[in-house]
Amino acid sequence: MKKVSIILGKTVQKVSRLRGNGGSALPGLVVERTNPNFIKEVLGKLPYGVVVISGTNGKTTTTKIVTELLESQGLRVFTNKTGSNFVRGVISAILKNIRITGKFNYDIAVLELDEAHAVKFSEVAPIDYALLLNVQRDQLDRFGEIDHTAAYLQKVAAATKKTVVLNREDPRIGKITAKNVAYFGLSNELLKQFPSDDNLLSHDKVKASTKPALVKLETLSSEATYIIEKEKFTTPLKVKGIYNAYNAAGALAIVKTILPKSDNKALIDSLAKIESAFGRGEVFTINGAEVELLLVKNPSAFQLSLTSFVDNKHDYMIAINDAIADGRDVSWLWNVDFKKLPTVKVASGTRATDMALRLKYDDIKTEACIEDLKQALKTFTSNSEKPKRIFATYTAMLEIRKIISGKSLV
Amino acid sequence: MKLKILHLYPKEMNLYGDHGNVLAIVKRCEWRGIKAEVIEHEPGDIIPNDIDIIFGGGGQDSNQNRIEDDLRKIGPKLKEFVEAGTPTLVICGLYQLFGNYFETGDGQRIEGTGILNLHTVAGNSRLIGNIVIDAPKFGEVVGYENHSGLTQLGEGLEAFGTVQKGFGNNGKDHAEGVRYKNCIGTYLHGPILPKNPKITDFLIQTALERQSKTDKIKLQKLDDRIENNAHSVATSRPQ
Repeated sequence: MKKVSIILGKTVQKVSRLRGNGGSALPGLVVERTNPNFIKEVLGKLPYGVVVISGTNGKTTTTKIVTELLESQGLRVFTNKTGSNFVRGVISAILKNIRITGKFNYDIAVLELDEAHAVKFSEVAPIDYALLLNVQRDQLDRFGEIDHTAAYLQKVAAATKKTVVLNREDPRIGKITAKNVAYFGLSNELLKQFPSDDNLLSHDKVKASTKPALVKLETLSSEATYIIEKEKFTTPLKVKGIYNAYNAAGALAIVKTILPKSDNKALIDSLAKIESAFGRGEVFTINGAEVELLLVKNPSAFQLSLTSFVDNKHDYMIAINDAIADGRDVSWLWNVDFKKLPTVKVASGTRATDMALRLKYDDIKTEACIEDLKQALKTFTSNSEKPKRIFATYTAMLEIRKIISGKSLV
Repeated sequence: MKLKILHLYPKEMNLYGDHGNVLAIVKRCEWRGIKAEVIEHEPGDIIPNDIDIIFGGGGQDSNQNRIEDDLRKIGPKLKEFVEAGTPTLVICGLYQLFGNYFETGDGQRIEGTGILNLHTVAGNSRLIGNIVIDAPKFGEVVGYENHSGLTQLGEGLEAFGTVQKGFGNNGKDHAEGVRYKNCIGTYLHGPILPKNPKITDFLIQTALERQSKTDKIKLQKLDDRIENNAHSVATSRPQ
């Protein structure tokens, strides 16, 4: 059965590629319909099993970190690339990497799945380990309310066979129960810099959870200090921002859970070299100006980005789109505190005017409001005096990348 | 001049940026040299007698449960304020709970405060999307709705506006929200006030008039170009 599925799936993949549509869903759909056990048959045989990474913010970069840390320990890691984080996408990714003979040369699978798809995945395939990052408000029009999202992750945890690694500082994730749990955490000092979703706008009296943390992010300045099993390590990081540094603690914790005998120092040295995922702090050069692109999907991610990436040395642009993938509702901008920002050079995207309005009510001036992203980028990069940063929602980020890589600015 | 704004349950009822409404009132007071004090009411707190504006937003179900007891306790006092003409804006969850009752999917009735003669019945699907209404006195009002409750106004109650694009109270009778004395109940998030400054100014002006016991307050005009641009873009977005 498996071989038939592989041949069928690969054929569909080839045909749909020949017809010029990269579509990753169709081959997955065909295989899913003809052999519902396909994923289980392939991933169920991996010697180290299946790791699922889920949560609202930071999945992509965390998946990348976990993958590269495991690879640094000599494991062959199968992972799904961004954009295919649903069951059919996983099937398509398997089809691309499996031999026609059925040989699937990997030791472990590390999969990024959003909350609802992680539940669906748990119904069709075994999960050995889960890393659950956070539950925050994200495009409420897609998932409904955050308590529902937390309930999804509880289901994923319950379906996990070996160990679930949890963010102990997230009020909803911290409460999740499973057969075996391990935690990653923050020091009190760092926790204060994190907005909580229940209390985004006033947040100074919080205390870190007292649950034992397998890995803790203790301090973060130019270098990060992690405590792994009571041993202290200080290291520079290539991933930027406090949230990536914290998710790296989660990544270290799950790797220590999977490979308890791995050497802590070696893991830290590997971590130091890992870079952020696509669109998360990528740096481009346009007209001689250095431009850093930062994805902001929801209030907590935006707030954390402002905490980590606002200073007086940069010029700022904010691009807000309201396509389905960004969330049609832009009211979430009012749950972010922008007071730290200097004057914003350009607001852009389909909801540029909403952004300018939001900034006005935090007494921040917006110099130009240009909905068209290409025009906006042109204006924003017309001088190269200061390095630049762009905060962009998902589709705005994709569009900006396209414009920059197509060099269609000039 | 100083206005006291009562913000009902800012911690529990804070969905969809509704806090932006309070910010809009405060800023548009400040920009005119009017002092504005926000009193945050949480369960158990006592409501002062000298309140000028009342605001309450929407929350998710679990949070709504946590405030229902307190709301029923302060209901009579809120009703006095509304009956006396205190400018009031309640959105989504609190709009529903200002009514007589909310009937859940399995037929259970959650008692409201009965401040407004209306009731809400749980619906089968969520009514979600950009919404534009035409409201007497305010003209075109724009916002974003996201609710499953279907609201029916009682006899003699006027809607806040007529739906031009979107669903409104129940998706059937084209009515959106309610207008009773100086109280507005509505499903419009967005948040509603920043993009519809006329409503913000109505709340402020009415509050000042009631305080000074005249009807001759003229609010200083503000530069609303940014507000108006955001308003007009919002009306043109797909539902």
